Amino acid sequence: MESKNYLQDISDIKTMMHKSSRFLSISGLSGILAGIYALIGAFLGYKIIYANNIISVNGYRTLVLTQERMFEIFFIALAVVLLSLITGVALSYMKAKKQSESLWDATSKRLVINFLIPLATGGFFILFLIEKEVYAFVAPLTLVFYGLACVNASKYTLGYIRYLGITMIVIGLLSVYFLGYGLFFWALGFGVCHIIYGGIMHFKYDRIQD
Amino acid sequence: MSIINNINKVFDHRIRLGIMSILMVNEYADFNMLKELLGATDGNLASHTKALEKADYISVEKQFIGRKPNTRYATTKLGRAEFNKHIDALEKLINNQ
Repeated sequence: MESKNYLQDISDIKTMMHKSSRFLSISGLSGILAGIYALIGAFLGYKIIYANNIISVNGYRTLVLTQERMFEIFFIALAVVLLSLITGVALSYMKAKKQSESLWDATSKRLVINFLIPLATGGFFILFLIEKEVYAFVAPLTLVFYGLACVNASKYTLGYIRYLGITMIVIGLLSVYFLGYGLFFWALGFGVCHIIYGGIMHFKYDRIQD
Repeated sequence: MSIINNINKVFDHRIRLGIMSILMVNEYADFNMLKELLGATDGNLASHTKALEKADYISVEKQFIGRKPNTRYATTKLGRAEFNKHIDALEKLINNQ
C-alpha cells in the first residue's frame, strides 16, 4: 500500500519535470509533411535549374541562371518554408488541444527562441552570401544551421530532434565536401530525413495519445 | 531507520511535490504557470506555496509586468538539497521493498 504511493510520487515527479520543461505537443506528422513539401520543392527546383540551362564551355558543364530563374527558385523555397511552418503550427495546435495543453506557453516560447537563435544567424549569413553573389555554400549552410537549430532546440522538446539535427549537420558538411550537389543533399536532408524522423516521432509519440 | 527520517513531511502532498518538481527543472515559474501545470485552484496553490516558502524551500518574487502583478517562484539552495534527499529516500524505500 505504502510502496505503491511512493512509486506514484516518483512517477509524478518525473512527469511534472518533463512536462514543465519541454514542449511535448510537437507533431511527428508535420515532419513527414514538411519532408514531402521539401522533396516536391527540390524536384521543381531541379527542373528549373537543369532543364535547359546547362551549356558546355570548353568541355566544362556550366550553369546559366537568369534573374528570373533565381526568383522562381526563391519563390519555391519560400513556399516550402511557409507551408512547412503552417503545417507544423496547425498540427501541433491540434495535438496540444488533444492533450489539453496550450500551444503558446513558457515551454513553447523557450523552444521557439532557442530554435530561432542559430536559425536566424544562419538566415542572415546566407542572405549576406547571396548579396555577395556567393551561391555555392547556400544549400550546405541551410542544412548546417538548421541542424544546429534542431540540436539547440532539442533540450526543450522531444529528444529525437537532437538526432535529426546531428544528421542534418553531417549531411550539410558532406555537401560542402562534395560541392556542386547541393540540391541533392538538400533533398536528402530536408526531404528524406524529415520524413524518416517525422515518421519515427509520429509512431513513437503521436500515437500513444490516441 | 534513517531512511524514514529523510522522508520530508513538507513535501508530503501531490501539489507540493509538483511545485518542487517544476521548480527543479525551471529557473523560475510564475503563479499561472504552476496553476496551469498542476491543475490546482488559486487558493489551494497559494496555501501550498506559502508552506514551502515558510520552510525556506522556495523564494517568492513579486513584481509588475505592465500593470499586472506577477508572482515568481524559484527554489532555494536549501529547497533543492532537501528535495534531492526526499527523492533519494523515496527511491530507497521502493528498492527495499
